[in-house]
Amino acid sequence: MSLATTIQLIVLLPLGSFLLLGIFGRKYLSSLSGMIGTTSLLVSAILSIQTAYQYFFLNTAGSFEKIIAWKMTWLTFSEGVSIDMGILVDPISVMMLVVVTVVSLMVHVYSLGYMKGDERFATYYSFLSLFTFSMLGLVIAVNIFQIYMFWELVGVSSFLLIGYYFEKPSAVAASKKAFIVTRFADLGFLIGILILGFEAKTLDFVTLIERLTTSNSPYLVSATTASFLGASALTWGLLLVFMGGAGKSAMFPLHIWLPDAMEGPTPVSALIHAATMVVAGVFLVARLFPIFSISCPGALEVVMWTGVISALFAALIACTQTDIKRVLAYSTMSQIGYMMFALGVSGYGNEAGLGFTASMFHLFTHAFFKALLFLGAGAVIHYIHSNEMKDMGGLRKSMPITHITFLIACLAIAGIPPFAGFFSKEEILTAAHHANPMVYYIALLTAGITAFYMFRLYYNIFWSKEAKTAHHDDDHHGEGTWSMKIPLLILSVGAIAAGFIPFGSFVSSDGHPLHIPFEISAAILPVIIAVSGIALATLFYKTENDRPDKLSASFQGIYKTAYHKFYIDEIYLFITKKIVFNLIAQPSAWVDKNIIDGSMNGLASLVVWKSNLIKSIQSGKVQDYALYFFLAAFGITALTIYLVN
Amino acid sequence: MNLHLLVIAPIVTAVFILFFKELRQVRMIALLGAGFQLIISVLLLSTFCNERAAGNTAPMLFYNSVEWFSPLGIAFTTGIDGISLSMILLSAFVVLAGVLVSWKMEKMSREFFFLLTLLSAGAYGFFISLDLFTLFFFLEIAVIPKFMLIGIWGSGRKEYSAMKLALMLMAGSAFVFLGLLGLYFSTNVGNGQHTFDFIAISRSAIPLDTQLLFFPLAFIGFGIFGALFPFHTWVPDGHSSAPTAASMFLAGISMKLGGYGCLRVATYLMPEAAHVYAPYIILLATIAIIYGAFATMMQTDLKYINAYSSVSHCGFVLLGIGMLNETAIAGAVMQMISHGLMTALFFAAIGMIYERTHTRMVAQLGGLLKVMPFISTIFIISGLCSLGLPGFSGFVAEMTVFMGSWQHTEMFYRIATILSCASIVVTAVYILRAAGKSIMGPLANEQHLSLGDATWNEKSAAVLLLSGIVVIGIAPFWLNELISPDVNGLMVNIGRTFIP
Repeated sequence: MSLATTIQLIVLLPLGSFLLLGIFGRKYLSSLSGMIGTTSLLVSAILSIQTAYQYFFLNTAGSFEKIIAWKMTWLTFSEGVSIDMGILVDPISVMMLVVVTVVSLMVHVYSLGYMKGDERFATYYSFLSLFTFSMLGLVIAVNIFQIYMFWELVGVSSFLLIGYYFEKPSAVAASKKAFIVTRFADLGFLIGILILGFEAKTLDFVTLIERLTTSNSPYLVSATTASFLGASALTWGLLLVFMGGAGKSAMFPLHIWLPDAMEGPTPVSALIHAATMVVAGVFLVARLFPIFSISCPGALEVVMWTGVISALFAALIACTQTDIKRVLAYSTMSQIGYMMFALGVSGYGNEAGLGFTASMFHLFTHAFFKALLFLGAGAVIHYIHSNEMKDMGGLRKSMPITHITFLIACLAIAGIPPFAGFFSKEEILTAAHHANPMVYYIALLTAGITAFYMFRLYYNIFWSKEAKTAHHDDDHHGEGTWSMKIPLLILSVGAIAAGFIPFGSFVSSDGHPLHIPFEISAAILPVIIAVSGIALATLFYKTENDRPDKLSASFQGIYKTAYHKFYIDEIYLFITKKIVFNLIAQPSAWVDKNIIDGSMNGLASLVVWKSNLIKSIQSGKVQDYALYFFLAAFGITALTIYLVN
Repeated sequence: MNLHLLVIAPIVTAVFILFFKELRQVRMIALLGAGFQLIISVLLLSTFCNERAAGNTAPMLFYNSVEWFSPLGIAFTTGIDGISLSMILLSAFVVLAGVLVSWKMEKMSREFFFLLTLLSAGAYGFFISLDLFTLFFFLEIAVIPKFMLIGIWGSGRKEYSAMKLALMLMAGSAFVFLGLLGLYFSTNVGNGQHTFDFIAISRSAIPLDTQLLFFPLAFIGFGIFGALFPFHTWVPDGHSSAPTAASMFLAGISMKLGGYGCLRVATYLMPEAAHVYAPYIILLATIAIIYGAFATMMQTDLKYINAYSSVSHCGFVLLGIGMLNETAIAGAVMQMISHGLMTALFFAAIGMIYERTHTRMVAQLGGLLKVMPFISTIFIISGLCSLGLPGFSGFVAEMTVFMGSWQHTEMFYRIATILSCASIVVTAVYILRAAGKSIMGPLANEQHLSLGDATWNEKSAAVLLLSGIVVIGIAPFWLNELISPDVNGLMVNIGRTFIP
């Protein structure tokens, strides 16, 4: 099979499964739908791995080129400017194919057990397939508009899955919030595309990057000379595109939808809101990275600071949350912040491109351990029927597999060697250290906080109080089915081993393999900080005690602010409710009803009133008409005489 | 192929309907008529494409001219290009779907289907006319039946709405007629004779001062049909009071008569004036887009939501036309088709909900997805199309308009484009608010549990319209190939001269 056919199959299989299950699933295939969805994904995953093997290992060129495996013109706007659909094969897209299909497969398998018996089982699987299709279409995009289209489609699949329990008002509210916030960010993305497309006279990625990075190319010159509010068109374009990325990747201050998105079924959170969709923003910046890095370092700096602030900000909030999925959501935001600023500190080409490789590496490892954390949390929620930490504790005995795999994931995210997160985070920190000390220290601090809140979570679930198992023993179903445990085991293999991949040899900013020497000395400090974070968490949360309460009491101000998520939601609420609704929408509706429509009605009334005045003239009496006739005749005669004279 | 068939067939069907009384008979005849019409339109499409593929580049295909009233230079001249053909196809889809959703119209069914079929004759006649007088004649045919459809079969404040709609559209027609007369008297086909012939007018040089006087009349006149701000107020009341099929007609076809007229008659025949007035058009269109969207947010009645959102969406048509470049105008044409299909689908879904629950108030609805999954899915899909989701036609049309609009580098045009883009966020807000409350969420009324889902005729209507939306959304290149050569042809005139 040619590369194009293979990848087309990878992408179209989930689409087929979506259409099949979406149209016929509910009525005819209800019980089979899980198997249909999973099988199609299994084939996709195998093909993706095979593609990756071919691309990375059977490559003899010495560097990894961008290959356009297939392309068709979808919609032509004007000469040279068109939306194309196609398949762009390069290191990051191949890596993403593997990540998306493997994690999605795990989630499909897991859901066989987790969603068993759900009334809308087929719908659930059709939405999962729709999401997978859209995400795959996004990562292979050849055209910036193609990526935007699939971007919107992942947004809508996320909306559908968050609102899956549609009878719950909170789920509906969360799904709306997620869609609208990301839509707002996508407005920026769209305008960014308009700007970049207009400046480069193309929407095709390869041409776009070439035209906007070649120094002295007429496109680049015109894009950097025209300025608006002190920034060039190129800067505006890139920043607006990044706004879209920040929205999808839940970067500060567009992150508010992500914690609420946890209303969706937990496997969905694992797939969409942890491992794949939320890293789309990072992927987008990585896709356009040459332009950012070579032509517009200013925009890249914005990316960096957004990443750093998000990483720290989310980590602080995560320490105070009590809903385990929300803790994980904030931790996702924090980790994506790492990926963002890793791109931000990176340069282009060779050694300077360490940050790029590190960012992609972290994206890769994060997908495994974060999916694992969410699926583990899902197993716990499945068992306890609650998301709240206070209902949990001491579960290590009754859920041994979940316990061990969750612990592995926690160690991985905390950055303890030799787990996966250690290696990728280590590379990010090294890159930051070279580029910007300020960023480095914030990242280091965040790493410590991360270790602390992850182990706070871990101890609260599996240790702390003695297990309140009494009432669970009667009605519950054990730790979960094997379909739920197997994905946990497979993903934990990834969380342990993924770090040993020499990632730089495959993924680098310019396609040339990058050898990254491992420096023990640089790794010591981060590990010490992570271990002390864990130690602190152990001290506070391993057994039930009053130390956490004392701690929160002594830092009451900051604790409360973090607990309330720094009141960002309230600020948004104020803007939308008080300003948009009360000051724009309501007046618009009022003006329309009263002034514009009122004036139309007024005009009509005026006509009625006038005609009422006039209609008495048409009385039907011959005498009146004779009078009018003679008056008029007299008038006209008089007028004529006057005019003649 | 004789285009007259497109007008004769519905008239014959309408007359035929009058001979029957029973609902079962008349609806069958109407269905056969509408189905026949769709078949002719599709045949027309394939013949047209074959002709074009064979290298026939005449601007108007199937040209035919029959003398009607020679002293005044009136002839029944017909011909189509890709743009009018796509409008004809749109009409055929909407008419058939409209008949299907009116399957249970018990009240005065004969008259109802008679008027509905007559309306479609007006629309087809309008789109095939190449003579300004007959064009105007068919425009009028498409107005009067609406008055009765709303007044007799409507709901709510139907007399008020019917009167308002008829008066405003009549005023629009009056403006249009003045504009057409202006064009007529500026032509000269030898020895003082004037002509209404479209092609002759398009080739004649009309003096600028004549254009400047008559362009606004024609544009505003057609604009009233196409919901030009601030003459859009018939739209919400008219649509909301109309019976379902009439709403579908109004939004799906009638408003397109306006957009088509603005493009074909006003802009194409008076391009110099169009350049002069373009900033005003863009201003009004942008206001309509963004202000219509915000006004929609505050509506509580599903039909009002869709009607106001139509004001916003039709703003894109006028925006595209006002931009006066090829991409944007192609986008405007696509938006007409897309909006026609999408709103018709939306009104169909709302009609189905109303027929069952007897309310359209968002506050009184909730959790319908549980009770009527098919109708709810259709509702959500039309909503997603409305907010411009890729894969549906709305996305294709809006993006084409945006790409075209962005080609203007002046600050005013840029701001107008950005504001118009911003409406996609507002659209998402009002669509999701409506769907989130009425379709999702907890069940609002226990009695709704006993309600049934869509019947076969409703399902067919929905699938028919949806297929159009999805085909355009997934394979826009077909539509683009159909219309873009002719948009390019229009540009020969529109781009002719530019007066700064």
